[in-house]
Amino acid sequence: MNPWLWMLAFAATGFAQETPDLGAGRKIFESQCALCHGQTGGGGRGPALTRPRLNKAPDDAALRQVISEGIGFEMPGAWQLHKREVESLAAYVRTLGAVPPEPVPGDAGRGAAVYGARNCAGCHMIAGKGEGFGPELTDIGAKRSASYLRAAILKPAGSLPFDFLYLAVTTADNKTVRGIRVNEDSFTIQLKDAGGRFYSFRKSALKDLRRLDGQTPMPSFEGQIGGEELDNLVAYLAGLREKP
Amino acid sequence: MKWYAALLCAAASAQVPYQRIVDAGKEPANWLTYSGNYQGHRFSPLTQLTPSNVGGLRVQWARQFGDRAEVSPIVVDGVMYVSGPNNAAALDVRTGRELWTWSRPIPKDYRNIGFGRVNRGPAILDNQIFVATLDCYLVALDAKSGLERWTARVEDYKPGYSMTLAPLAIRGKILVGVSGGEAGIRGFLDAYDAGTGQRAWRFYTIPGPGEPGHDSWSGESWKTGGGSTWVTGSYDPGSNTVYWGVGNPGPDWNADSRAGDNLYTCSLLALDGDTGKLKWHFQFTPHDSHDWDSTHVPVLFEGDVRGTRRKLVAVANRNAFYYVLDRTTGEFLAGRPYAKQTWAKGLDDRGRPIVIPGTEPSVEGTLVWPNLNGATVWFSPAFSPQTELMYVAVREIASVYFKRKAEYEPGTFFAGGGEARANGEKASGAIRALEGATGKMRWEFPMHTAPWSGVLATAGGLVFSGSDEGNFFALDAKTGKPLWDFQTGGAIAANPISYAVDGRQFVAIASGRVLYVFGL
Repeated sequence: MNPWLWMLAFAATGFAQETPDLGAGRKIFESQCALCHGQTGGGGRGPALTRPRLNKAPDDAALRQVISEGIGFEMPGAWQLHKREVESLAAYVRTLGAVPPEPVPGDAGRGAAVYGARNCAGCHMIAGKGEGFGPELTDIGAKRSASYLRAAILKPAGSLPFDFLYLAVTTADNKTVRGIRVNEDSFTIQLKDAGGRFYSFRKSALKDLRRLDGQTPMPSFEGQIGGEELDNLVAYLAGLREKP
Repeated sequence: MKWYAALLCAAASAQVPYQRIVDAGKEPANWLTYSGNYQGHRFSPLTQLTPSNVGGLRVQWARQFGDRAEVSPIVVDGVMYVSGPNNAAALDVRTGRELWTWSRPIPKDYRNIGFGRVNRGPAILDNQIFVATLDCYLVALDAKSGLERWTARVEDYKPGYSMTLAPLAIRGKILVGVSGGEAGIRGFLDAYDAGTGQRAWRFYTIPGPGEPGHDSWSGESWKTGGGSTWVTGSYDPGSNTVYWGVGNPGPDWNADSRAGDNLYTCSLLALDGDTGKLKWHFQFTPHDSHDWDSTHVPVLFEGDVRGTRRKLVAVANRNAFYYVLDRTTGEFLAGRPYAKQTWAKGLDDRGRPIVIPGTEPSVEGTLVWPNLNGATVWFSPAFSPQTELMYVAVREIASVYFKRKAEYEPGTFFAGGGEARANGEKASGAIRALEGATGKMRWEFPMHTAPWSGVLATAGGLVFSGSDEGNFFALDAKTGKPLWDFQTGGAIAANPISYAVDGRQFVAIASGRVLYVFGL
């Protein structure tokens, strides 16, 4: 573009609206968003925001809308924010994506072999292959940071997704079922066992319902996988960024 | 007579004079006003459904709405009147089939500031149905045709005024309150002449210069002080007194600019029905900074207080305290927490909270129980004159409250902060039965999550309510024991009602975008 046009465009936008306040945006982010997205946007219960392209917010208008209105049941909308606060917050979120990506040591190709050898596909699905008992990993690298993935492999119980619950129920005829809670209301509960079978119970009809807080059917790989093998596995998972 | 003939006859003579609403308890087959009666009881005198047969309840019919349905229907002589955002319909109460529909376009530049696009119900008086619209008009419809009789502009929606509530019809007048507590409005309660649509009176919930209470606001803060009136009030026909709750002060979470008690926000008002003149007020949360509107249905009943039978008004407040007041004078008689709260040591002997220092929102965040939606909120409690219990849908949730700069700009959020989920604090919900005259808990039915549904009590000894997970259920009114439940398939954010037709009792509840009617 002609440099004069650049200046004109800059002047026009400069007069038309106040520049977003990145400091204010950061304060809002750290107080209201960091709980799920991490203090520096590295992800946690919510996806990492430290990447240039956000799947649900491809442009700034979409990002502002996601912030104000949320995403279904996954993310609450910050409806109480003033228009300018939303602009400042959106601008700050964009700066998170401008930082260079976290360096991930390891070889993704070899990591794929580790994934296969450790039979991760026995519980997880990638691009339609594997089993759907655990979370799908097809684009896990876009949702979780490498450090989060590393921690989840070593200590899965330390990074359980929001609302995740592993349960053991005993029926009136003394059958015990262990599984992941897939749904619950005030009267009923639905679980899925490791074989992928669904169960539905009236809670009042159960002899026992044990909520195994902080437990997960995923085994800990601490002391099982380490060093280069772990680096390679993390590099493989962190590189899974898009659904085919 | 065949039922369709009965429907025709009823439609031809449907008239609901004021006296019929006063005597609503004498015709339990109908549901004539938002709360079932003027006293705010949401209690059905019908006795056909009981703890022993409620297990046989089945869906009779359902009606789909275009939007999330939060309607509390009106039922009169074989016709059910329902409403949604800027729309209304008359339904055949036996089948749910439409008899007429009405709608008014929502202006393209209308914005919701702090609440959803919903409507909580119509009102009826004489031959007219009254609907309050999102763009802040009160519309009178001919009950037989759904055609407009008159339209009154209550206020300009552009700075943030709106209406979602069911109007309250009293003698010759239709009362409406406004939403907009997050937009820096100056709230009010209005009365309109039912015949002409002319405004009969307006009571500003924030006193202007020279009026008593004005000095409870510093500087110019009263002009944008909020004080919405978005939940339908109650009425005492004997003393011609309107009881109406007032919402939060603005900006919600940054109270720095509004030093003082901020009257009459977070208060209960007792107003003269003819003139709108203030008889008394009681402020539950002076100088609120947690968005704890006192917009609940006030419940009127007689009860024993220290050995004397008195006329009472009781409120289970969003701030987690239950209050019992003398309804003639506003005198505080009893109060106690009915849910977990961490912001007050208790209430003093005049009912004023003894606030724990450091519980207001802060830049770094302050953890407080309950959250901004409160221990209960707009959805109705129920009161049974048989058990003298108040049944309340209770929310047990903590929140981290933040304070930020607040800038007033008409038609935008004027909130000054926000809240975030409190990490590691377990949220839950319950239906609780509280002794009406004391607030002491008699029983509770624990729920999986915090509810957003009102409660209905019936003379058959039942309590109905709903859950966020879609359960509509019946409890034993004496013990809280669950007796029946049905998965509606949508989150329930509405108040149940009950009525009878052809000698059969029905219960209706809106869930998701559907209105369900259940019967044996």
